[in-house]
Amino acid sequence: MSRRLRSLLFVPLAAAFLVLFLSATVGIPAVGNYRGPYGDVLNAVAVKERHSTDVVTAVNFDYRGFDTLGEESILFISVIGATVLLRQRPDEIKEKDKEEDDGRHVPKISDAVRLLCLALAAPAVLFGIYVVTHGQLTPGGGFQGGVILATVPLLVYLAGDLRTFQKTTPRILPEIAECIGVGGYILIGVAGLIWGGSFLQNVVPLGPEDAKVYSGGTIPLISVATGLAVTGGFVLLLIAFLEETLQLRLKGKRGSK
Amino acid sequence: MDALQILVLILAGIGGTAVVLTRRPVDQVIGLSFYGLILALMFFVFQAPDVALSQIAIGAVALPLMVMLALAKVRRDEE
Repeated sequence: MSRRLRSLLFVPLAAAFLVLFLSATVGIPAVGNYRGPYGDVLNAVAVKERHSTDVVTAVNFDYRGFDTLGEESILFISVIGATVLLRQRPDEIKEKDKEEDDGRHVPKISDAVRLLCLALAAPAVLFGIYVVTHGQLTPGGGFQGGVILATVPLLVYLAGDLRTFQKTTPRILPEIAECIGVGGYILIGVAGLIWGGSFLQNVVPLGPEDAKVYSGGTIPLISVATGLAVTGGFVLLLIAFLEETLQLRLKGKRGSK
Repeated sequence: MDALQILVLILAGIGGTAVVLTRRPVDQVIGLSFYGLILALMFFVFQAPDVALSQIAIGAVALPLMVMLALAKVRRDEE
């Protein structure tokens, strides 16, 4: 497409967008000026009803827990899709072997990066677990904590410790986490259906109201399930992307010795 | 709206524009990561710490990483 044609298309479309955008934004309430009833209602009842001091998590994992299950399934399906797309065909590996003979070199990782990544790995595990398990009390929850946990294998990889990466991240581990996470979420919902009367109904003791890790009934359980699913999903994606690079680099190392 | 909120909105505007105007995909990913951080800061300033936490993890780490890895794979397949 020529430059002139592009600008000819752009100008009217941008003008139309501007009109639509302005008409959409005129008359929205000012910042911090909340109008709807739901937020106020939830703010008033959530802590008493669910013993969860972080109302956002209570909404995510309880009041609209079914929607969250849908969101988690989207991630699950995306991960499956990406893994299938990125799977290796047998002929691909042969090509890579040839490529390796050409002497492609891998850039060396600087000591500063290695040190920083290795130093961050353990605190990231701890912080991730904290965010997953304290979602019902403070901002956070399974999703956020899960992604933080999923960055740990990445840190190990960035530190250039390929063997440690492969040892600590065998494919089966995130697969199990993913299955337990998604399956666990559904099972908690079914438990509600059996003993509580509706899907995802809370059937676990709510715990003390004054914010303990075990407060909130099914909310922390669902949070942990989501954490497992999200960690597993992202680590699987990472492995899918890194797999052939890893094979190349590990082979290259062995070859040079 | 206080000064901090206005500042962070302006930053988000600049960041988004900068990402769009960057032509090379690899540079764009780095810009995108910074833009993700700005967005996280914005959510935090607007009192949505839960969203800010997701945004840091997804916008500043996971999304740029996935784009970067995809770029690396495309490049390898082209060679």
